[in-house]
Amino acid sequence: MSKNIKIYTTPTCPYCYMLKSFLKEKNVVFEEIDVSSNPQKAKELVQKTGQMAVPVIDIEGKIIVGFNKELISKELGI
Amino acid sequence: MSDIYELIIIGAGPAGITASIYAARKKMNFIVITKDVGGQTVLSSGIENYTGYQFITGVELANKFREHIESFNILLKENETVTFVKKDADIIIVETDKGKYYAKSVVVASGRVPRKLNVKGEEEFKNRGITYCATCDAPFFAGKDVAVIGGGNSALDAVLQLIKIANKVYLIDIAPKLKADPIMVEKAKNSNIVEIYNNTKVEEIYGDKFVEGIKISRDNKIKELSIEGIFIEIGSIAASDFINDVLKNKDKEIIVNCKCETNIPGIFAAGDVTNVPSKQIIVACGEGAKAVLSAFEYLSKI
Repeated sequence: MSKNIKIYTTPTCPYCYMLKSFLKEKNVVFEEIDVSSNPQKAKELVQKTGQMAVPVIDIEGKIIVGFNKELISKELGI
Repeated sequence: MSDIYELIIIGAGPAGITASIYAARKKMNFIVITKDVGGQTVLSSGIENYTGYQFITGVELANKFREHIESFNILLKENETVTFVKKDADIIIVETDKGKYYAKSVVVASGRVPRKLNVKGEEEFKNRGITYCATCDAPFFAGKDVAVIGGGNSALDAVLQLIKIANKVYLIDIAPKLKADPIMVEKAKNSNIVEIYNNTKVEEIYGDKFVEGIKISRDNKIKELSIEGIFIEIGSIAASDFINDVLKNKDKEIIVNCKCETNIPGIFAAGDVTNVPSKQIIVACGEGAKAVLSAFEYLSKI
């Protein structure tokens, strides 16, 4: 069963790009939210994480700030 | 005691990756310990001086680097931070946040990290208004008042990005004159939302949950600015704090000779963490190759 995964990104952020290529390589399906074009979502993200930073990955409610490959892999079970 | 490797490579930026490729081809018994693959390369938006590529983005080049090392069977310990390196008798001990490793030789290729201001509030408000990556986090500050600290090209780069989205941009530089390229300085000066403070020092960053303001001083006069975002762009510094016994210059760069040897036999260093003057991707790659060839030669003699 595939998990409900959302990622929050900005278009110019290199670590967002790395996160996306990593997920694609592992065939993980995700929804991408570009916070630069969506101020409301940016606000929500700050409230959710308490931080103003991207990328953020939300794996079924478990939030990881930054491209932390090890934590993300662990959470995804890959 | 666990395995003693012939070589441990610390870091997987251009220097560490090239070192790994050479070590793999020499069939050395080695591991690579690194926080990430690509190092500072990923932060470069466009590279036009890496031979063979007329243009490539930093992320793309980092991916090419990754593909290249993954074509070998290399033991890559990613997401692992080296905390301490010491030579004890003939063995070099490498401690990390996850364990302890032993080797006969080490190549330090840990690169550089963003320089910090070292003021009150800097640690506390990291990612809570303070960022070291303008290209990543600028969109969070749309419509807000922000400050950029620094006077070089990266600081001005941040200012020019923020002009498009912020309400007000304060540029705070400790030097009397901005040292960024004049074309960038001119663009910043022409914007009516940019206010430049030269000869100005940051004293403190304050706030509650997030940044609310900054205390600055000029001619011993303290001033407070209400801002929500702070972009610290004051350059980088050699990531060499985990190793004390090697000789370093005043900028914490590890001093090496033309064979990438440090003052300690068996410990080599390569790339931006060293005192080699040109901090360039292609130079770091070359230095990484040299360091491993020197380590190989060293191992054949002990």
